[in-house]
Amino acid sequence: MTMTYKNILTAKEAVGAKSGKSDQPEINIGVVNLHRPTVLNALNHELMEELVTALEDFDRDDSVRAIVLTGSDRAFAAGADIKEMSDETTVSIMLKDRFATWDRIKNIKKPIIAAVSGFALGGGCELMMMCDIIIASETAQFGQPEINLGVIPGAGGTQRMTRVLGKYKAMELILTGRPLTAREALEMGLVNKIAPVELYLEEAKAMAKEIAAKSPIAVKLAKEAVLKSFDGPLQEGLQFERKNFYMLFSSEDQKEGMKAFMEKRKATFTGK
Amino acid sequence: MSDEKILLTEKKNGVGIITLNRPDKLNAFSDELTFQLQDALKEMEKDKEVRAIILTAAGRGFCAGQDLQSRSIAQEMGERPSLGDSIRRRYNPIVIKLRRIEKPIIAAVNGVAAGAGASIAFACDYRIVTDKVNFIQSFTKVGLIPDSGATFILTRLVGLTKAFELMLSADKLSAEEALKLGIVNKIVGEDDLMKEAIALAEKLAAGPTKAFGLTKRAVNRAVFDDLEELLEYEASLQEIAGRSDDFAEGVKAFVEKRTPQYTGK
Repeated sequence: MTMTYKNILTAKEAVGAKSGKSDQPEINIGVVNLHRPTVLNALNHELMEELVTALEDFDRDDSVRAIVLTGSDRAFAAGADIKEMSDETTVSIMLKDRFATWDRIKNIKKPIIAAVSGFALGGGCELMMMCDIIIASETAQFGQPEINLGVIPGAGGTQRMTRVLGKYKAMELILTGRPLTAREALEMGLVNKIAPVELYLEEAKAMAKEIAAKSPIAVKLAKEAVLKSFDGPLQEGLQFERKNFYMLFSSEDQKEGMKAFMEKRKATFTGK
Repeated sequence: MSDEKILLTEKKNGVGIITLNRPDKLNAFSDELTFQLQDALKEMEKDKEVRAIILTAAGRGFCAGQDLQSRSIAQEMGERPSLGDSIRRRYNPIVIKLRRIEKPIIAAVNGVAAGAGASIAFACDYRIVTDKVNFIQSFTKVGLIPDSGATFILTRLVGLTKAFELMLSADKLSAEEALKLGIVNKIVGEDDLMKEAIALAEKLAAGPTKAFGLTKRAVNRAVFDDLEELLEYEASLQEIAGRSDDFAEGVKAFVEKRTPQYTGK
């Protein structure tokens, strides 16, 4: 499935040393690197198509258990490609339905860990917020500056930022367009962790590898249940969680996980 | 005005030298000089060949701080200057750069360093001075608060008791006293200042720059983790001080070369 992309780079990294045992499945993390260095990774339509294709490929690839999405040290993504949009009309931009591509990211079942440094602005910040865990460098800055261009966030910024930061802080950021520093973002719970710029990507990969070693079916159902909490009332979410919890009792990984716990040894998950 | 450059930069043997060059004004900070200093620091930060930086000045003074004459002109024209904005745009970015550039920065202090001139020297990593140098926290003389980081950088350099005394008295602190307080690294003769500063800078420039930079990052985390927040707070408080009657009187008295009559308002 080696694809050549123009605007992103993809790679697989093995988790742990290969045991040599043939019954041990190959375990990898998938890494997607946004790569339009001359424009600070501005998110044009072609890049988004490639990104979603790569994510879907990793989602289908059984050897990949978690995905890391990153940019460069200077920019995760500085925003949408403004040049691409400046001449659109209401009708033309609706017909192009550019966000249909973005919407497919929501369907990725495996956890996506964003490794963010430098600018994560506008569409870059919204793309980051679609990920499941965010590891940022100390130099990262986050914001929704669309208001400065006479528009508003269009890929979920007004909704996701508000759910994370609450009404007042989100309103401030979206109405002023001012960026947050990494430290502020950490304090507000917008990112999980900040690390020195030399290490943020490694830390994100380490976390992806830690998750990759868990039962993949449990990880998927857990991600699905957490995301469910954004969609509806608590009671529905609780029921959804309960069903996923019961469902896992039909997996081999549940039997192995609980057995290993009682036998005081490390579980070996097969993904079945 | 001559068209001579008010800020000079040069680069030699891995050392970047920035020279404030308004000697007739004791290198007081005009708007333009603060912006040029910001730009020079940014360039030296990016330039991989520069592995140590010297900040010095031309003439008999290091830096007299804010050019009060440009401020009083604004007031005569009936315009109330926003000191908070001025600090946020002009001085705070300089202090942030001096602390965040991951290369050793040496202040080669060639003469009096007053107000923001002293603050900027305090924000550097090393201070080598001549025996004629005085540091003056002159802000309160004109009814202002110490800014450009002085309220917390000086406090962390010498401790609360002495720092507060220096800020409220606005007394001259001699090179000898500054050495005793641990503010300066070394006192040298006037003719040896640049020679000594360059020797130190070249030695540092030949060192493990990455490790030096990471050391500075760790020290910043330990001592200046709240740098941006405290600079912002200082700017807010300076805005308040800048609106006081005492500041208006302070500047007026300074220009008229008389003792100010403060009312506490």
